[in-house]
Amino acid sequence: MPVEPWLIFILSVMIIASIAALEMEDILSSIVAIGVVGLGVSLSFLFLQAPDLAIVQFLFEIFAVIILVRAFLKKDYHKEKPSTINKILAGVTVITLAAVFIFSISVFELLPPFGEPLMTTAQYYLDNGAKDTGAANLVSSIILDYRAYDTLGEVTVLFAAILGTFTILRIKSKSKKDKSELGHAAK
Amino acid sequence: MIVYLLCFALLLVGLYGVLTKRDLIKIILSLGILGYAVNLLLILFAYRNDSIYPILAKGKEVKQMVDPLPQALVLTSIVIELGTTAMLVALAIKLFEKYETFDITQIRRLKG
Amino acid sequence: MQQNDGMTLIVKTVTRISVWMILLYGIYIIFHGHLSPGGGFAGGVIIALAFLNVMLAYGRKFTSDWLNISFLHDVEAASATLFLIIGILGISIGGSFLANFLMKGELFALISSGTILPLNIVIGIKVGMSLFLVVWVLAGSKTVKGE
Repeated sequence: MPVEPWLIFILSVMIIASIAALEMEDILSSIVAIGVVGLGVSLSFLFLQAPDLAIVQFLFEIFAVIILVRAFLKKDYHKEKPSTINKILAGVTVITLAAVFIFSISVFELLPPFGEPLMTTAQYYLDNGAKDTGAANLVSSIILDYRAYDTLGEVTVLFAAILGTFTILRIKSKSKKDKSELGHAAK
Repeated sequence: MIVYLLCFALLLVGLYGVLTKRDLIKIILSLGILGYAVNLLLILFAYRNDSIYPILAKGKEVKQMVDPLPQALVLTSIVIELGTTAMLVALAIKLFEKYETFDITQIRRLKG
Repeated sequence: MQQNDGMTLIVKTVTRISVWMILLYGIYIIFHGHLSPGGGFAGGVIIALAFLNVMLAYGRKFTSDWLNISFLHDVEAASATLFLIIGILGISIGGSFLANFLMKGELFALISSGTILPLNIVIGIKVGMSLFLVVWVLAGSKTVKGE
């Protein structure tokens, strides 16, 4: 089954959805468009023969959308119109990024073509993975036996990020009423 | 080659969002788009023509498989992106409680 | 949306039946991580989503009576320590940090592949508890305007 036309189609849908997510004014529509981009990434992982990654990407993207919707949906705030200097800066940024894109075409031609990776270490893992570790899932044998130190680092980073989230959300912010009470009590 | 360039274009859309938007929620969404684009680019480098997923099954003969090493690295990356997003959302909630707005130019001006 | 009540009666009845099946599915994906796609991370998220289902359908007050939230905090911290303990046991028995020192068994059996199965279980518990507690704390913070 030819994979490249499907990938081009899914990537085009993702680019259009991401541009729409950035330019829309309603917050719920932007978050739904981000959900479409994440779903497109998960489908691409399925087409690229990585079912482990497709499951993990789908589930974590659902969680990110849940967190975003819960945190941002009921806040109402006043929006201002962007000034002219902001529009000039946005135009300059678009022109610079388009120039970067055109210069990167020659860089991507130096890589191995799509579909023929250079597998030097990975060939050893594919040949001897089942014999060395006894696991049938070779991706699991890489992340938990050959490169288990990286998984320890990842568990540590996740632990630190979640602890940071707890700490930030539990500090009670001082309102102006508390400050005036402290000022009266000090006198 | 065209798939590499399209994925790089997705990365540039995310970069444009981080650089030019003034709304804090749009900046968080653009960081999410950047993360998706980088993960997809790494798995695009790992695809092999006419190959199958790297999992052995009982009774089936061993055929040619795709590269499993970038898949292990991207698994780590997806999990860490979620932790970062949760922390950014917590920071944004606290900033909104203090300054009553999500506009980053206003947050720089009001002090104390 | 009132924070105490939760959702309607139909949602509560369906949740009461289906949350155990979701938990069982998450445990199945964790335990078969070395045989089929999935592993510790995907199974952990499914367990977190099962608890989140109960929290959304029944409200925060019922869930804090049903689960012991401080015990979940302790379980999460303990499973990060268990990962390190398995690694240090690898130094003493296997020869290097996080070495695969249990017996390998035969291919395609459930109890096989050395330390990969205990590490999958530890990671699954840790990721599940972390993500559920993040949404719990996020749902409990009050907003300035509105509810």
